[in-house]
Amino acid sequence: MSTNTDDTTRTDGTFGDYGGQYVPEVLMPAVEELTDAYERYVLDNEDGFVDDFRQRIRSFGGRPTPLTHAPTLSQRHGVDVYLKREDLLHGGAHKLNNALGQVLLAKYMGKDRIVAETGAGQHGTATAMACAALEMPCEIYMGRTDVNRQRPNVFRMRLHDADVNPVTVGSGTLKEAINETMRDWATNVADTHYVIGSVVGPHPFPSMVRDFQAIISEELRAQSREQLGELPAAVIACAGGGSNTMGAFGAFVGSASLPGAPAGTHEPAPDVDLLAVEAGGSRLGVDDDAGYAPNSASLSTGTEGVLHGARTKLLQTETGQIVESHSVSAGLDYAGVGPELAHLVDTGRITPTNVDDDAALAAFHRLSRDEGVIPALETSHAVAALDQYDGDGPVVVNVSGRGDKDLDTVIEASAANDIDAAPDMEVFEQ
Amino acid sequence: MTRSDLAAAFDDGPALVSYVVAGDPTPAATAEYIDALVDGGTDVIELGLPFSEPVAEGTTIQNAIKRALDAGMTPDAYLDLVARIDADVPVVCMTYYNLLFQYGDRAGPAAFVSAAAEAGVSGFVVPDLPVDESGPLREACRAHGLDLVFVVAPTTTADRRERMLDLTTGFVYVQGRVGTTGAREEVSAATPDALAALQHTDIPKAVGFGVSSGEQAREITASGADGVIVGSAYVDTVADGVADDDPPSVVADRLRDLAAELKAGAARGVPEPEHK
Repeated sequence: MSTNTDDTTRTDGTFGDYGGQYVPEVLMPAVEELTDAYERYVLDNEDGFVDDFRQRIRSFGGRPTPLTHAPTLSQRHGVDVYLKREDLLHGGAHKLNNALGQVLLAKYMGKDRIVAETGAGQHGTATAMACAALEMPCEIYMGRTDVNRQRPNVFRMRLHDADVNPVTVGSGTLKEAINETMRDWATNVADTHYVIGSVVGPHPFPSMVRDFQAIISEELRAQSREQLGELPAAVIACAGGGSNTMGAFGAFVGSASLPGAPAGTHEPAPDVDLLAVEAGGSRLGVDDDAGYAPNSASLSTGTEGVLHGARTKLLQTETGQIVESHSVSAGLDYAGVGPELAHLVDTGRITPTNVDDDAALAAFHRLSRDEGVIPALETSHAVAALDQYDGDGPVVVNVSGRGDKDLDTVIEASAANDIDAAPDMEVFEQ
Repeated sequence: MTRSDLAAAFDDGPALVSYVVAGDPTPAATAEYIDALVDGGTDVIELGLPFSEPVAEGTTIQNAIKRALDAGMTPDAYLDLVARIDADVPVVCMTYYNLLFQYGDRAGPAAFVSAAAEAGVSGFVVPDLPVDESGPLREACRAHGLDLVFVVAPTTTADRRERMLDLTTGFVYVQGRVGTTGAREEVSAATPDALAALQHTDIPKAVGFGVSSGEQAREITASGADGVIVGSAYVDTVADGVADDDPPSVVADRLRDLAAELKAGAARGVPEPEHK
């Protein structure tokens, strides 16, 4: 199914029609240098890089994360439901897998400065943590709107001594933050590495971020064999840019490669269904005149185009302007998606779907109430998609992160949208 | 191959390549600005087709793109504007790849290139399309006799530079400094080195990124450039006019004067008139 099923394959950075390297010439030498470093250190484990990464993601990150049976959810859906607990990774989300990997790689490459974009602040905090631990100077670009609505994450980044630069252009969200980080990289390209936060951007980022994140599905396969005695029938993950998605799917697809994996954990497993769940927002579709989509469903409803270094599926107007997207979950709120995901949807290997804001909010409350796990709003989309699953084998939901960061949004949105499953908070209002 | 309009624009001494954003703040104003820039001595108009994610641009041009998009600029309106330009200088379309990709059949750049050729565009500069990904656009440009100009950056390695020199047509765009577009006071120290590395080619070399004064233009042509590319300095002038609510004719006069200063500066950098 995939074009890159052989672990040792050197890809040219394309996935079918998608991917590529659509960046200004000033960045191309850095992109080529990074491609070379990716192939040597990550794919070939030169200087024991991957061993070093695996050791640090255990001792600093807290891997492996558990695979937890969810009894009440299982009863509700009539199948065994398991949760892959990336919410228990250091920092409270899967983001550290990639951030630690890339900051470590930058060190091996001899870079002495890190820049990164962040939307909701999860990738920014993970990068700031990794930089603090590895003693790398770190600058984060974050849209002004996101700075205002994600203050605790701004403070976390500052606590780790990262500089946080608010981006005021445009709507002041993730898309603008990526643009501005690319501009910084284009200015300081010789000594700076750009830690991109998802499986997006020019090659080698989509492949490299997938490989670091695929430690999720590598563990998940070993844990399934041990705890279930078999592979799951399906894996469900939310998809914004798609890093937790490719992390949860990568080993099953067979495209991911990370030396030192237990035998058999990266072989293609075509019988495992893979469901990528996007933010349906308040409704589907693109409003061409307003340049706005009330959703972030690029994988399930978007059209092909070129954004942020890659050819992929996008939310755009008829003429090709990229629109502002929307989701109640800031981490899914992006008009593009990783090129490999776009390809795997076209080949039929991955089934894309979407879940609207209200269904995600209801699922947030169900998981909190019934299983004692407060999921990120991103994850809540994947939990809600269990309603769309009609198989009868065991299912794993990737809990991409914990929901503490979302409490204000959830309480506000649950009241505004009249979510039945929400607990009564009125008594606590002044 | 016959020399293109674009290459020929460099034949009579140092050329001034002037960039503005189409539709900033209105298509009618842009048409007036273009006439003024040509009056002031502009040899090539580089006309920006605004895209929502301009990653190669500094703040000045980002804001201009926003003004143009807010005022309703579209690829079709852009082509109408180009078709209405009277001035007898070649027009280069500067835009990002997604707009070329989406036009017409939404399946690649061929449809836009065809429409652009019809409207009178002479060539393209596409900052997010490195030579590595340029196959489909090169093919479309070749089919319609248009030029595709590549950007050589200060970071460009020797092998990449030679690949681009093999494939660039019209002229080669020498990015004078790392980073993004935006007016600067000084010529970057990287510029003479970049020009020295291109000495062996006959293709006209024009330096852009940060050029804003006649004195800078002089330094650049004195370092061996065949032309200067100026954008943000004009766009700043347009932005000031918008902020102060000046009529387009007043802004056009300022643009004409600035172009004349830049053109004179560029000419001063070359000891005697140069005829190739």
